[in-house]
Order: sequence, then structure tokens, then C-alpha cells
Amino acid sequence: MTPSPLKKEALFGKTLEELQQIAKELDMPKFTASQLADWLYKKFAGSIEQMSNISKTHREKLSEKYEVGLSAPVKVQTSVDGTKKYLYRSHLGKFIEAAYIPESKRSTLCVSSQVGCKMGCLFCMTGKQGFQGQLSAGEIVNQICSLPERDELTNIVYMGMGEPFDNLEGVMKSLEILTADWGLAMSPKRITVSTIGIIPAMKTFLENSNCHLAVSLHSPFEEERRKLMPIENVYSLPEVLKTIREFPMGKQRRISFEYIVFKNLNHSNKHVKELARILNGIRCRINLLYFHPIPDTPLEAPSDNVIHQFKEALEAKGLTTTIRKSRGQDIYAACGMLSTKELQKSQK
Amino acid sequence: MRELHTATIIHNKPIAPGAWLLSFKRTFDFIAGQVIGIALDQHTEPRLYSIASGEKHHEIWILYTVKQDGLLTPPLSQLKSGDKIRITQPFGNFICKEKEAVWIATGTGIAPFASMFFSGQHQGKTLIQGSQSMERMYFHKHFQKEMGTSYHPCCSRETTAGCFHGRVTDYLEQQPGIKTGIPYYLCGIAEMVVDVRDILIARGVPFSNINSEIFF
Repeated sequence: MTPSPLKKEALFGKTLEELQQIAKELDMPKFTASQLADWLYKKFAGSIEQMSNISKTHREKLSEKYEVGLSAPVKVQTSVDGTKKYLYRSHLGKFIEAAYIPESKRSTLCVSSQVGCKMGCLFCMTGKQGFQGQLSAGEIVNQICSLPERDELTNIVYMGMGEPFDNLEGVMKSLEILTADWGLAMSPKRITVSTIGIIPAMKTFLENSNCHLAVSLHSPFEEERRKLMPIENVYSLPEVLKTIREFPMGKQRRISFEYIVFKNLNHSNKHVKELARILNGIRCRINLLYFHPIPDTPLEAPSDNVIHQFKEALEAKGLTTTIRKSRGQDIYAACGMLSTKELQKSQK
Repeated sequence: MRELHTATIIHNKPIAPGAWLLSFKRTFDFIAGQVIGIALDQHTEPRLYSIASGEKHHEIWILYTVKQDGLLTPPLSQLKSGDKIRITQPFGNFICKEKEAVWIATGTGIAPFASMFFSGQHQGKTLIQGSQSMERMYFHKHFQKEMGTSYHPCCSRETTAGCFHGRVTDYLEQQPGIKTGIPYYLCGIAEMVVDVRDILIARGVPFSNINSEIFF
């Protein structure tokens, strides 16, 4: 395994409160914490030495124990459609992916929250790596701040490798850094966290963040969803929807349901009717996704025509539905494909 | 958070290196295959564990391994008989209703199948159990005695009479015929579940016949 690129503790990924604690421990003035936050999250300083408004003595003190901890991507693949898949090395020396998706009016980065995944969804390549570790808040935010297109970014989606709500601590801390005034000061309306429906963590997220929520749905029928997503055995879809219904969402927050359309599986009239029934009363949007085939999967992608017919049928039932364009198919854009290849290479 | 109830520990003892069996009085009904949440106090989010005891047992058994960096299991393993823990009501749908099925588990993933076994549901079932060592082949003497040739222990790091030497994935790949028309139930870490599922699908088992429970 590649050794950790970090030799000291990373400052990047610390909240203002944690930076204040560091300042206190190192006997530095309290305002140093705000200066540090400014250098880390607004100026993206690559080293402590660059932090010129902090005294040399304090910089030296900081450098004894800490380093910034920003880490540039180690590899990039560019699709003919402009999508770029970046490979980052985690602090444990493993590989994670972030996909940059430019569009005419916005640019989205799809970030990872874990190395590998424990959830074992049938359609997901990341699950084939098994679970290899949690990403720290710093490693999550690093995917954004070390991105060459950082200044073009308008939206962040937590839909890369891993289940965000299985790493609640790292994800919540990263959201704080992204949205706080002392951090990147992004609007929560520009950030979406996607989950398969781990209810306790989802509740914590809904109570403590204003970011948007996306739920992986993929079938309205419990028995069918169970075969695609083992989580259904523990946190069933009716319970997930009940939790969402019970939570006051306000007008700003958006709930979306992600729905990968699989050939001959989950796009019948029966599915349309059931989706209309279970989502009745929830102000939401359904995002239909193209399936990016992965090795050894029994699942197939349907034709464009099928997806468009399904969309029309859902809209006829009053469900706001969009089709997410398939992006980056030529660069293994299905999440987990690139890092799995790197993992296999590193294990040879 | 699900409502938490107090339970008093009857036993909490190591049964293999790093693995413990916790028991407390059963005060609720459950269906074999279900999980309960366990917490040390009222304020922490409970962790989920499959029940390992039978539906009619007077005690609930929980099989767990101690994760040194974990928040729950190191202090949990220190608790003694008479100490209190907090538990949720049982829930979950990893339930085997069919007469004929194959159960596949590794490590503490055996717990839901142990519960089904101790509930008398093992007739017509095949159990494939994987572990690195025989001492971590939990409950294997019970399975061996009652299930006979329908029980297939697979030990990857030890050679033992009556036990396949290798992983459950090796065992499955070496089977000349795999029944494709019956349900398969898998429980273990994600990597095992995904690998076994891929093998079964490659051998012609429709994914609609594969039921998985994962650890998280």
C-alpha cells in the first residue's frame, strides 16, 4: 500500500472551533484561529509558511505539529463531453474519486465521503472494493479545494464513493466548513447530500443542516428494492418516507429521489402508480438516471425511449421528473470504476 | 432515534479472541433475522446487531467483535452480569420464509442464521459458514450436529477434518452444480456479500433470488 502522504496532522478540515483550540494549546492569540481559517478556506494556502499575517514564531510552532494537508489529484481522466474524473489519494494511501461535471449554466462536483462502501448495492462499483475507511472532513473538502476548476464550481453533490450518512461526523463537519462564513461560505442550496436512507443519520442531517437531501430510491416496492439495496432490510423505504414527511422542510430545502432506470425492471406502469402513491404529499423531484453498466452485473440500461416514456408517465401523475444526462461514460464515470482499477493495480 | 429500553445483562463473555456473546432477558417477540439497536446510555445513537438467539429463547443473544477504536464495543465488553444497557425494539426484514434456501455467512454474519437455526428453521436449508479459524466458527458444533451434510464450514487459515479449506467464495466456485431456483441469504461484510453475489449471479442465480444483509 502507498504510505500516507501526511507526515503531520492536517490543519485543513478543522472547524473554527478546532482551530481556536489549537491556537489556545499553542499559546497563540485567539484571533489566530480566524486568520488560519482565512488562509485555509479562502486563500487556500498550500503551506503554513505562506500565512504571512501570522508571526514567524507562531508559524514555527504550528509547523512543529501540523501541516496544511491539501492534496492535489494524482490522476485525471477527461471525457469527450467535458466531464473530468479526478483521482485523489486519501491520508491512508487509498484512492478516492471526484467527478467534475461542467454544464452550460453550472458546474457540479460529485465528491466521495468514504473509501469504498459497506452498503453492497447491486448496481454500484464502489461496493466491489468493500469498505476501506472513512474520509475526514479535510479529505472531503480537499476534493473541492484542490480541484483545478475550483473557481468554476457552482454545485457540490455528495454522490461519489461511499454512503455519506455512514460517515456522519466527517460529512457534517465538511458541510460546516463549506457553508460557514469563516469557511468557504457556500450557500447550502448549492449542496446536495445523497443517501440510501440511513434514518438516524438522515434525521441528524435534516436537523442540523440546510443542505438539500437526495434519497436513492430505484424502486417503490420494498421487495424489489431489497434485492437492489440490502439497506432496505434494516431501514425500509416506508420508514424513510415517513421520516421525511414528518420533518418540516421549509421552502428553500429540496428533496429529490434518485432513480436509476434498469431495463425491464423498474419502469412499468405498476412502478409509476406506486411511485405516485408513496410520494404523494412530499414536495419533491424525481431524478431519473442512466445506468452505467459495471462488470458482472445482471442489470442493463434501457433505451433512451424507455426513459423518456417513463418520465412522461411520472409527470402525467403529477410528479416533477427530470432526466439526468449520462455523462463521462467513456471515462468509467460510474462511481468507483477508476479507483477500483487503481486499487487493483496497487495490489498487483 | 428509536425508543430505548433498559435491559439487564445476564452474561457478557468472550467466546473467541476478540468476539463476545452478550445475553439479556427477552422481553419482546421478534422474528429470526431481525436486528436490535444497542447503546450504553440514553443519549448515544444505538448500533445495530442481529439477534443470534432463537425466537422462543428466554434470553436474547448478541454476538459482537470488539473494535479497538470503536465507541461502543470496548466499553460494552467491560460490562458484567447485572449491568444495564439500552436497547431498541427488534426490527428489520432479513427474514427467511422459504422451506428450501441456502444461508451463507462469514464471521459474526452468522448471527441471523444462528437465530433462524435456534428457532428450528434449519430443515431444508443449507448453511455455508466461513471463518479464518475454527475458534471463530461460531456455533459450529450446533450446526454440525443438527444439519449434518447440509452444513459446510469453510476455514481459510486452518485445515480441519470435515471443513473445506478456503473461503466461502472458493467453496462456491468449486461446486459443480449450484441450484439456481432457490433463494440465497447472505450476511457478512460488504466485500463478502458482493463477491458471493457476483459468483452466484455468474453461476446463473437470478439476483431476485439473492437476499443480503450487510454490516455497517
